[in-house]
Amino acid sequence: MDSTLSRAIALKVNGKAVQATVDVRHTLADFLRHQLELTGTHLGCEHGVCGACTVLVDGRSTRGCLMLAVQANGREVTTVEGIAAADGALHPLQQAFMDLHGLQCGFCTPGMLTTLVELLNDNPDPSEAEVRVAISGNLCRCTGYQAIVDATLAAAKSMRGAAVAGSTR
Amino acid sequence: MSAIIDPSRPGDSLIGASIPRLEDDALITGRGRFVDDIHMPGLLQAAFVRSPHAHAAIRSIDASAALALPGVHAVYTYEDFKPHFATDRLVVGLPSSHYKQDHNRQVLAADEAVHVGEPVAIVLADSRYIAEDAATLVEVDFDPLPAVSDCRAALAADAPLVHRESPHNLLAEFDMKYGEAERVFAEAKHVFRESFWQHRGGSHSIECRGCVARHDALEDRTTLWTSTQMPHAAMRVICEILGLHENQIRVATPDVGGGFGPKLVTYPEEICVTLAARLYGRPVKWIEDRREHFIATTQERDQYWDTEVAVGDDGRVLGIRGSIVHDHGAYTARGINLAHNSAENVPLGYEIPHYAMNVKVALTNKVPVTPVRGAGHPQGTFVMERLLDRVARELKLDRAEVRRRNMIPPEKMPYRTQLKARGGQWVTLDSGDFPACFAEALQRADWDGFPARQAKARAEGRYLGIGLSNFVKGTGRGPFESVTVRIGPSGKVHVYAGAAAMGQGTRTMLSQVVAEQLGRDLSNVTVTTGDTAATAMGLGGSNSRQTVVAGSSAHVAAQNVRAKVLKVAAVLLKTTEAELEIVGNEVVVNGQPSRRIELGAVSRSLVGTAGYSLPAGVTAGLEATEQVLIDDMAFSSGSAVVELEVDPETGGVQIHRLVFVHDAGRMINPMVIDGQLAGGIAHGIGNALFEWMGYDENAQPVTTNLGEYLLVTSTEMPRMELHHRESPTPGNPLGVKGVGECGVIPMTPAIMSAIEDALSPFGVRINQTPITPAQLYALIENGTKGTPA
Repeated sequence: MDSTLSRAIALKVNGKAVQATVDVRHTLADFLRHQLELTGTHLGCEHGVCGACTVLVDGRSTRGCLMLAVQANGREVTTVEGIAAADGALHPLQQAFMDLHGLQCGFCTPGMLTTLVELLNDNPDPSEAEVRVAISGNLCRCTGYQAIVDATLAAAKSMRGAAVAGSTR
Repeated sequence: MSAIIDPSRPGDSLIGASIPRLEDDALITGRGRFVDDIHMPGLLQAAFVRSPHAHAAIRSIDASAALALPGVHAVYTYEDFKPHFATDRLVVGLPSSHYKQDHNRQVLAADEAVHVGEPVAIVLADSRYIAEDAATLVEVDFDPLPAVSDCRAALAADAPLVHRESPHNLLAEFDMKYGEAERVFAEAKHVFRESFWQHRGGSHSIECRGCVARHDALEDRTTLWTSTQMPHAAMRVICEILGLHENQIRVATPDVGGGFGPKLVTYPEEICVTLAARLYGRPVKWIEDRREHFIATTQERDQYWDTEVAVGDDGRVLGIRGSIVHDHGAYTARGINLAHNSAENVPLGYEIPHYAMNVKVALTNKVPVTPVRGAGHPQGTFVMERLLDRVARELKLDRAEVRRRNMIPPEKMPYRTQLKARGGQWVTLDSGDFPACFAEALQRADWDGFPARQAKARAEGRYLGIGLSNFVKGTGRGPFESVTVRIGPSGKVHVYAGAAAMGQGTRTMLSQVVAEQLGRDLSNVTVTTGDTAATAMGLGGSNSRQTVVAGSSAHVAAQNVRAKVLKVAAVLLKTTEAELEIVGNEVVVNGQPSRRIELGAVSRSLVGTAGYSLPAGVTAGLEATEQVLIDDMAFSSGSAVVELEVDPETGGVQIHRLVFVHDAGRMINPMVIDGQLAGGIAHGIGNALFEWMGYDENAQPVTTNLGEYLLVTSTEMPRMELHHRESPTPGNPLGVKGVGECGVIPMTPAIMSAIEDALSPFGVRINQTPITPAQLYALIENGTKGTPA
């Protein structure tokens, strides 16, 4: 295969339309990081185990290192840069990670956050065990996971509270 | 966990407050800046050609095919670099009189490669994809040589030589001993013998290593941004090898995605990238991939122990003796500190009257060994605690009771041991109440109630076990860390520290310590760490040291700046220092809030105006630099109790409860301390049950991805019950002890103790770490004592 072969792709990244020409062998993570300069998505192993590069593709958690950029054509991608509200207000998960020390070096954190955004979208009231299963494909070497789990449960609770408040308004 | 305080509330002390970290905002929004996030015009990407052989002669290197690939800019080998070397070896080993031979790493392998992964050439290309393509096109004519894999076999008389030209494979040998072990063992009523295999793997920070170098011809200075724990050491090594002076190299750390030990070493790749950027005249980036991390980043690996313990009828230990063979790898990247730490740690927490340990450090054809979180201490604790379990079993005593009978009582603190640290100082335990800490852990874990729980579970066909371990860990290794505190004309408080941050919250810690003296407004403090241009001297991050040494220097420097602020402000406000307080970014006269002056105004009064005297007869500038000298370690201590279940059908282990009581002296930020402990505990669980860096008999690594080498994940982790006791150390002005490595230390012995307890009906004995389900299953089947692999 010609390693310099490229293709034009069009996709949405963090809500914005993006058109780009990408080398066919470039991964989605490298495309996001180096071509779009969205360096919040991190690469920890580049073989699909550590989960640091997890992004949401059409709302589903996806390994940015195992998907090619061309495969994102026509899809909607959300990275850690895109999970806060448009006005910059932090996602409740982000706020809880800060409040409860759910991160240390911060390298696995973007993948944790995107994975957990998906979880809380699917399951607003997860048990501790469900949170642990959700992030069992994301390696963290700093936290022992406990503060991440606690932060997730706290964020879920605050989101449920906000949802209730919103519905009674 | 302490309540989160509002730091803006006057009167609330910042010391001891669980303040959310200042680092986090950028990290949770994707605005962190790790080394691979650095981009600049003209940047080239590097890839390394590495030895696929554990031992080989290099006959020739042909880079022509690689250079012909479009997008490739340069390929450099040892011969290309050689004219630019003042010296071609990384001489970084800690000093010791015990070395039998020196084996310092080469920048690039010249005519002999001695481990898989050793760099042989560096390729520069427009993209990393092309650089990696080109690396595979560099033809290296290797002539394989016999390799040494097992560190015990390395010491056999007829073993192949790790380095062709060496006389043998013994890198160092020493004895750590005190008292009269020989006599005691001859006279003792009970002597029990145990052999252990202990293995620790790599650090596996989720961010691998990496660096970016940019040469500025205008300034004749090269800046290296590198993911390191020790930027100042890196600068010195680079200057030494390239024959440059300190103004020609700046080393700075961006955000570092975890260190855990191996990033404290300066690496050949950092030299190569720096030199390549200087030679080619364009910035160069190299980002390590995970496979490289497995084969080229230092690890901790194997120790084989043969030990004996002598005890009286009462279970009091009379003496311990034995020998260790320690896997050093192919080069000295740090020294013999790991083996030293292991041997020193064995008797630390208990009163052991006689001790003799012979240590042999063996070369092998593997990547060099350096500290991984815990740095040899977990292995010492494992041996001590496993021996105490054996004593308890033989003398039919409760495991906790044997420990109580041997612990150092609090009234003996400070307790001068008969051990000497690697720098020659006596090892003196500074503070702590070990028996009370232990008792708290047992009580919280309901140790006494466990037999009933165990019996109930056994009646249901389930195998529960409980295990325990105490530990003592020297932290805060000196001699100092350098910190400057400066209040600028803007009124901002700037902190510059030789400390290096790798994710543990150093910025928050330093901000809390400094702001405590200077207005308690964390938002008014900036922190610069890990930059040789900002701080001339620095040791960096290792040995759970930064809060102890950098925290102490920051504290004293901030106090000195505070004194000067008050002295000058008293003159400017026409009052006395006693009437003043610093609140936020202002100095205020007590009770007269209208009489105030901004910190910036105080600073500006000291920057000098041509021809005018400074106020108050003080020295110029509003800053202080401190290197508080701390030679003695601050000893953290703690006790862990683990309750777990073993499935005898599969060998699977599930930890149900984990109680950890810890004494790190005075706590700066309890929430951060909890986080550090929890991470260490997870690492220790990995070392007990998962992490194995495998090599075959030819020293070929066989676990080179995270599917083969297992890190603990969220579903294997129990909920950790963390508790603190605070015995402030008299050894530093803050009374703090280190915590970063402490969680690791007692985990392997506590878990093995619990597994043995769970499987006592099968007579399983575990003398190794890690132990995998398959190995455990085999032990259950055989009902026999584990023997080292």
